[in-house]
Amino acid sequence: MMKIVSLFSYDFILRALIAGSLVALCSALLGVILVLKRYSMIGDGLSHVGFGAIAIAMSLNVAPLVISLPVSLIAAFFLLRISSADSGIKGDAAIALISTSALAIGILVTSVTSGLNTDVTAYLFGSILALSSLDVWLSILLSIIVLTLFIWCYQRIFAVTFDETFATASGISSARYNRILALLTALTIVVGMRLMGAMMISSLIIFPVLTSMRVFKSFCSVTISSAVLSVACFFIGLIASFLLSAPTGASIVAANLVMFLIFALLGKICKLS
Amino acid sequence: MGKKELISCRNVSVQYGSLIAVKDVSFSLNEGDYLCIVGANGSGKSTLVKTILGLCRPACGEIVKNCKDIGYLGQQNAAQRDFPATVREVIMSGCVSRNKLPFYSNAEKQRAKEQIYKLGLEKLTKKSFKELSGGQMQRVLLARAFCAASELLVLDEPVNGLDPIITDELYSIVRSRNRDEGLTVLMVSHDIHRAVQNATHILHLNCNAVFFGTSEDYKKTPLYNEMTAVETCSTHACTHCARDCTASHIRLGVYPS
Repeated sequence: MMKIVSLFSYDFILRALIAGSLVALCSALLGVILVLKRYSMIGDGLSHVGFGAIAIAMSLNVAPLVISLPVSLIAAFFLLRISSADSGIKGDAAIALISTSALAIGILVTSVTSGLNTDVTAYLFGSILALSSLDVWLSILLSIIVLTLFIWCYQRIFAVTFDETFATASGISSARYNRILALLTALTIVVGMRLMGAMMISSLIIFPVLTSMRVFKSFCSVTISSAVLSVACFFIGLIASFLLSAPTGASIVAANLVMFLIFALLGKICKLS
Repeated sequence: MGKKELISCRNVSVQYGSLIAVKDVSFSLNEGDYLCIVGANGSGKSTLVKTILGLCRPACGEIVKNCKDIGYLGQQNAAQRDFPATVREVIMSGCVSRNKLPFYSNAEKQRAKEQIYKLGLEKLTKKSFKELSGGQMQRVLLARAFCAASELLVLDEPVNGLDPIITDELYSIVRSRNRDEGLTVLMVSHDIHRAVQNATHILHLNCNAVFFGTSEDYKKTPLYNEMTAVETCSTHACTHCARDCTASHIRLGVYPS
């Protein structure tokens, strides 16, 4: 217990706690829309693109955010476009194509310049030490935007997510919602990637909503449960990683996985009774 | 006339790449009309409706929409199959276009409640949408469309995959709204018999508009005979059986070119 209390005396842990829980909250809310719209692979694709951008930024010796943010934003619009429109290549295949290419470019660039050093692996697998105070401010700003938009537009978000055709027919600009969604997803991923790692950030988007859907049946309850679960799993994972000296990102994903299994079991029991 | 013109299409053409789906179609829809768009598969019915709703862009021509609140009911969508939502949430989402606030007003809740009552869905409101049967789902989506539609209801083959009893039920609900409440209806239909029975006007498409006029006039055209023509009647062993023949028929598409 003392060990957990002492946890909060470290500056970097506090930073990770604030930024991480806010990112977890945002990604869970955005995840509800992304997963239900069948765009969940976009999160995965974006994180790989973000990693590629960061690798290039590090070899050029510029701040990672300067390059990864705009690149991810552009990639987000692009990915959303190919997964919604009937382009030549099917959406899921196109995302795999783009994400592996970006990853490959990133690795090639780093191997030519600095080699796969600890900085690069920190971005791949996440590091609790990676967050600066800029990241904390960015995550606070991001979560304010996401929360405000989500609550204010909740009904319209439901309509667009449930049935885009109907929403467009009744005069809502679905395309605009999709663009905002892409923008916020890209921001969330770029901020969260430092902590969770490029390989695992998409789990924050996908896990909470899938876990909630095991038990809850309405959109409202799934949304609230995802937000709560995501933050709870983040805390559990972070504390566990500190106590067991395990990698942070992996611990958080493991906490999410355990929660998913518990909810899956609960869902089965609910169905039987 | 004195009736308000809700929609008027003038020389509308729609293209998918090099394929012309709809060519030079003109028609108008007045307040209180019940217009059925009929035609063979691939004759551009759904495309025309999507263009009217603003989901496709016309390549040329002009569509003037004189109404704001349009309710839409489409064919059943596979993506909705595992969506976590209660029936109430789905129906309420029909009020969304009127609402700029995060929560629905009492008037909107009342409107949804009225639709739920009229369609007999009271017992289902707390149920999960994905656990409903196909017929129940279409009924719920119809309630949602009614919530949205204060002026115009647009239906795109709403009865696809439903059994004849539920089909008749849906048709009669829509017809009664049209007759009793003056709701304007625009429907795409495969079912020529029900279309002619229910609608006041018919638009027959085959890429271009082959016929546009009242149902009564449509019945007199050779198109109607061809659309309802029966290839073989197993009971009467003749090629063109009477339309009131109830025997099982194999229908072959003898559509006008």
